[in-house]
Order: sequence, then C-alpha cells, then structure tokens
Amino acid sequence: MSHLDKQKADNALPSLLSGQDLYCERDDRVLFDGLSFDWHKGQIVRISGANGSGKSTLIRILLGLSASYEGQLFFSGRPMKHATYDFRNALLYLGHQVGIKTSLSPEENLNWLCPQANRSEVYQALEKVGLKGFEDVLASGLSAGQQRRVALARLYLEDKTIWILDEPFTAIDKDGVAQLEQRIIEHAQAGGLVILTTHHQLAVDVEEVALGEFTSSVHATKHHETGEAQ
Amino acid sequence: MFASSSLMALFKRDLLIAFRNRGELLNPLMFFLMVASLFPLAVTPDPKFLGLIAPGIIWVGALLATLLSLDLMFKSDYDDGSLEQIILQPQPTLLFVLVKTLLHWLMAGLPLTLMAPLLGVMLALPEGGYVPLVLSLLLGTPTLSLLGSIGAGLTVGLKKGGMLMPLLILPLYIPVLIFAASSVQAGIDGNAYTGHLAFLGAYLALMLVLAPVASAAALKISIAR
Repeated sequence: MSHLDKQKADNALPSLLSGQDLYCERDDRVLFDGLSFDWHKGQIVRISGANGSGKSTLIRILLGLSASYEGQLFFSGRPMKHATYDFRNALLYLGHQVGIKTSLSPEENLNWLCPQANRSEVYQALEKVGLKGFEDVLASGLSAGQQRRVALARLYLEDKTIWILDEPFTAIDKDGVAQLEQRIIEHAQAGGLVILTTHHQLAVDVEEVALGEFTSSVHATKHHETGEAQ
Repeated sequence: MFASSSLMALFKRDLLIAFRNRGELLNPLMFFLMVASLFPLAVTPDPKFLGLIAPGIIWVGALLATLLSLDLMFKSDYDDGSLEQIILQPQPTLLFVLVKTLLHWLMAGLPLTLMAPLLGVMLALPEGGYVPLVLSLLLGTPTLSLLGSIGAGLTVGLKKGGMLMPLLILPLYIPVLIFAASSVQAGIDGNAYTGHLAFLGAYLALMLVLAPVASAAALKISIAR
C-alpha cells in the first residue's frame, strides 16, 4: 500500500533517473561524451552497443560503483550524491556475476539475497523460474543457466522500483528468455523502471541508448544537443 | 529493522558456508599446531629453554596463522559478485565489514585462542603465563582481524596480492605482538600484566572504530577497478 502511495508521489516528479552530460573515457578511448537521459517510471531502457563499447561501464556508473566519469546523475530530481540511500533502497541489480554461492542451496541463497522473503514466497519464486524440485540442491550441482535462474528469482521476490540488469538473458534457455521478458514488461507496466543491456530484441518498444558511436543517440533527450560535444 | 535483517542474513549465510567447508577452517589451526610442534624438534626439547621462548612462539604462530586466513575474507564474495550486492545495499558498507570481521574472528582468532593453552603445554610454558596468554589472545586477535580486513579489502581485486597484504598490515600488527608477548612474559615473571592488556584493549577499541571505515572504503576502491 505504502509502495503505491510512494509511486503516486514520485510520478509527480520529472524523472526517476536522469543523467546530464556524462563523459567517460577508458584507456585513452572515449566511451561516451555528452550523454544525457531522462528515464521515467514505466520505461524499459535498453543500452546497446558492440562489445567493449562501454555498456557495463555505464551500468557501473549508474550504480555508483565507478566514479571515473564526468557529468551528473540525478535520482528523482535530487543529485545522486544526496540520494544514494533512497536510490539503493529502490534498486535491484543483477550483474555478470550474480552473487550465488555454490556451497548453498537455491533456497539458502535467496534467504540472504532477499532476507525479508519468507519460505513459501521463496518456494513460489523458485517455481516461477523453473527450479521446482531444486530448492535443496547445492548450487554447485546446478548448471550455469540454473544458477542464473536462482538470481532471477529475486525479480519475483523483491519489491524494488528500479531494476538494473546487465545481460540478464545470458545462459538462459528459450522458454526462460520469454518468461523473463514477460516479467520485465510486467514490471514496467506496474510502474517500474528497467534498465538492461542485452543483444536480445525485446518484443515491446524500448528506450534505446546506443553506445559506441562516440557520441550518443538518445531519443528521450529533447533539450540537450548531442553530437556537438566532440 | 531491515538493516539488521540483512546483516543477520549475511552472518547466517557465512556461518552456513563455513560449516559446509569445515576443512578450510582447520587450516590456520593446523599451521598454528605445526609451528608449535616443530620448534622443540628444531631448537631443543629442554623445557627450561622452551619456556623462555614459548610466549614469543605462540604469539608469532597465532599472528601468522591469522595472516594466512585473511586472504579468504572477501575473496569468494569478490569473485562471485556478492560483494557488489553487499556494497549496493542501502545500509553503510562498514556494518557488513564488521559482520565479516566478526565472522573471521570467530573462525580464526577464537579457535586459536582456545587452542593456545594446549600449545603452551607442548612448549612447557611456565604456569604463570597461561592466564595472560589467553587474555592477550582474546584481546589481541580481534585487533588482528580488524586490521586484516583493511589489507584484505585493499588487495581483494589483485591477482597477485599475496605478498602485498603482509607488507601493508604487518607494521600495524607489531604493537599487538610486542604488548601481547610481553604480557605473557610479565605473567611468567610474576609481574603485573594488566598494563599490557590495557594497551591491547585500547588498541582494539581504536581499531573497532577505525578499521571498518577504512576497510569499507578499501572495498569500494577495489570494486571500482
């Protein structure tokens, strides 16, 4: 209930996550320059680009894990510096490494990743990601795809507004991909913001952020001229 | 409330992992035991001489055993992505570092403390030395874990951090070693050792405040790459 109220309150604000004039270079190579965006609730943002074009770097900058950039980030209109607690409270992040411990079972893994979820919720979530019957098997006995599915179960367990998913479709089979896509769309429709990097084409309209062209082409950016910065 | 539940969850998770990999827990203890059992063979089995060097041997052994086990403090969390998840928690990272440090002490420092009197017997430690030995270990080993968390946090991202960590933190270990070993010596000589223990306690209190802050900052640097 309080979540819905909060959502209504936030909708009045200009944007959930926005960046202004982001600039990042790595090993003397400019990854992006003058990158600006305004992302709202209900959006799915797909960061695309060739390998090495800086997709994961941008994700790490958004998360606040990397400080090697210039420009500014805002969370609900506030500078990220002053909103880190609220941002992280609203954040669910799945990276290349998903934090699954191989000496624990899927249930035990989720017990620490989502401490607020109770046992039956964990079981339901594991069933939804196709791990019914594997609840008590040590993760070392699961395949790479199954281990990732354990982490994906968090998408059914946690009540977070912003999802940042770095290559979520990796090692997932066809049915799993369709299901995950469905879940992502559901989340956006329920007022969440999903930011993901993937080479997979999603079935719905997404906000596209193309990296690797040296300058960015961000459709959402109306007020900001890109392309001049170089 | 949520803060404590995610800290508790981390604590439970690591205890469970430690229980599943019980063998690894024995490594520092085995090292400690080997150091103490080889000295009489290599130097002399004469109880008088052994009693003289026993405080030093036991404390150096405990210190090196702790040092060896530090590598593992954040390593697996760094490799499998748990560390990113921990740092991205809304709660301050230093609270999680405190939990990890407490776990490290429970798995290395505490067993070493409990085993030390046994090694004292093996090394013919004079009677007056046992109480200060256990007390100094009880106050000193948590400091070793706390200081070690800084070194472990700084070197977790390095592939060849093996040599760097001892270089970084051994200087900070020296005061612990000096005061702890001399407290045992004072006990053997029948002198008051409370002064030494008071220093160890003060150092522990100071590090309890400072080390988690430094370690959390070190982890953030390590993960930023």
